[in-house]
Amino acid sequence: MSPREILTAFQTIVVKEVLRFLRIWMQTILPPAITTCLYFIIFGNLIGPRIGDMDGFDYMDFIVPGLIMMAVITNAYSNVVSSFFGSKFQRHIEEMIISPVPNSVIILGFVAGGVVRGLLVGLVVTLVAMLFSDLSLYNAWVTVSVVFLTSVLFSLGGLINGVYARSFDDISIVPTFILTPLTYLGGVFYSINLLSDFWQGLSKLNPILYMVNTFRYGFLGVSDISLGTAYTIIVIFIAILFLVALRLLRRGVGVRT
Amino acid sequence: MKALSVSGLHKTYTGGVQALNGIDLSVDEGDFFALLGPNGAGKSTAIGIITSLVNKSAGSIRVFDHDLDTDPTAVKACIGLVPQEFNFNTFEPTREIVLNQAGYYGIPRREASVRAELLLRELDLWDKRREVARNLSGGMKRRLMIARALVHRPRLLILDEPTAGVDIEIRRSMWRFLREINREGTTIILTTHYLEEAESLCRNIAIIDHGQIIEDTSMKSLLAKLQVEHFILDLHQPIDVLPDLPGYRAHWVDELSMEVEVDKAQGINELFAMLTSRGIEVTSLRNKSNRLEELFMHLVEQGATRSTESAA
Ligand SMILES: Nc1ncnc2c1ncn2[C@@H]1O[C@H](COP(=O)(O)OP(=O)(O)OP(=O)(O)O)[C@@H](O)[C@H]1O
Ligand SMILES: [Mg+2]
Repeated sequence: MSPREILTAFQTIVVKEVLRFLRIWMQTILPPAITTCLYFIIFGNLIGPRIGDMDGFDYMDFIVPGLIMMAVITNAYSNVVSSFFGSKFQRHIEEMIISPVPNSVIILGFVAGGVVRGLLVGLVVTLVAMLFSDLSLYNAWVTVSVVFLTSVLFSLGGLINGVYARSFDDISIVPTFILTPLTYLGGVFYSINLLSDFWQGLSKLNPILYMVNTFRYGFLGVSDISLGTAYTIIVIFIAILFLVALRLLRRGVGVRT
Repeated sequence: MKALSVSGLHKTYTGGVQALNGIDLSVDEGDFFALLGPNGAGKSTAIGIITSLVNKSAGSIRVFDHDLDTDPTAVKACIGLVPQEFNFNTFEPTREIVLNQAGYYGIPRREASVRAELLLRELDLWDKRREVARNLSGGMKRRLMIARALVHRPRLLILDEPTAGVDIEIRRSMWRFLREINREGTTIILTTHYLEEAESLCRNIAIIDHGQIIEDTSMKSLLAKLQVEHFILDLHQPIDVLPDLPGYRAHWVDELSMEVEVDKAQGINELFAMLTSRGIEVTSLRNKSNRLEELFMHLVEQGATRSTESAA
């Protein structure tokens, strides 16, 4: 295929993916808005004032970036895993498999769908957050770049999960048993400075910690970890996951008998 | 040029089912080719391998001189597929499905819209263009899959039981449509269980059974092989037992009709003479179902005997 044809194919997949989650916005956009609203009310307004400062900020202001990031991660991941699994389940993935569109473009198309959903939900949550706290940006470049890269990373993760999934149970195992714990332990609700050295060390093995902290740095200008390390880790993860996804599609795992 | 040549194709599914045991096939450009065979013969498996949906175990595939192993992209660009099972996103509108498929082949949206409208109108689906696929009837879904398969103007169209569950009127119009695109130069391979469909559409035919080709010839020479014709005789008076008709094989159908096998060389005058002499009055005579069906059964039975013999 010529570059122009490849671009057409890519656009087709992205538009299809975006329309898919917009059609079911009650399941895809609304729930995260409601959940984060509850977080803000309970942790920010009711419990927050009793907690006092965290890293020198109001507790509410401290958790807002983490909550936005949490919504982005979950939504990017679950968009791609359910869309890819759904297309296997209903078999319309075959429409792409029989066509000349390259595997890398299929991956990028699905990932772009997850990124758009992640960022859109992130935006909605940010708007909700503005009702509860005065958000201000410390460094817009950091904020935007890290949220973008994070949604790419978790979209790729969702894709790989979708490739392996054989049942609807399989698409909720990773989010429930890996993603949610890592996110909660990734410094969304606390600064790891509160932890003992041992737990701090352990927390630093959690990649989500780096994303949440970098994103928080974009808003507040403070971080528990170094930004350079964070970007390096995120980019390495993206590269590895992309290559894994490419290999799986090439071999036809989960889609070709 | 050959539109398709398959050689030594083997497929063993994980789990051990041997679906294909060394298939050789060759289809000329411009041909209208029938691939027939009983349920589970391996037709869909062969089609799956040609269209990259199934991994082969051994063998090679060439489509318009492109090798599937070395140049899959070129092969894919040549082929349009109407699969046996519905495989579109049932939540997507009819027109979207056709447009998206065009997109995967790199056809710009504007061009795709023109083609989609043409195809949907021709296949009588234009009124349903905004309807989600789930709300189409079974026959409409089949036609949607035909429109989808043609939007990138493939040189080789493969249809896996395209008329299953389609009413007679629509089936005839689908036949007209397929003949038309074949006349315009598209090579067509079709599987079907309606043998009159194969007879009316196809010029060449292969029969596959237990993963092997048991017949590969032109429709004409296949039909020429038909030695025996089956007639159904409707009787004026009910009969309890079959009359004795030396030289003819007769079967009881019900008390008011019987079936008689007549050899081509034999003629039916003598048969009527015997019936008259036995006082049996025949009110009407018709040819039993499809002659090709008889032949098909015969070939498949022969094939089965052969394979049990070779197994023993
Ligand atoms: N995904 C699969 N996994 C395991 N075995 C399979 C699979 N698909 C088909 N088979 C087996 O391969 C054999 C050939 O099946 P295939 O679908 O190719 O037959 P077919 O000729 O298309 O039959 P039909 O006329 O019923 O559509 C059958 O024994 C079938 O059970
Ligand atoms: Mg089949």
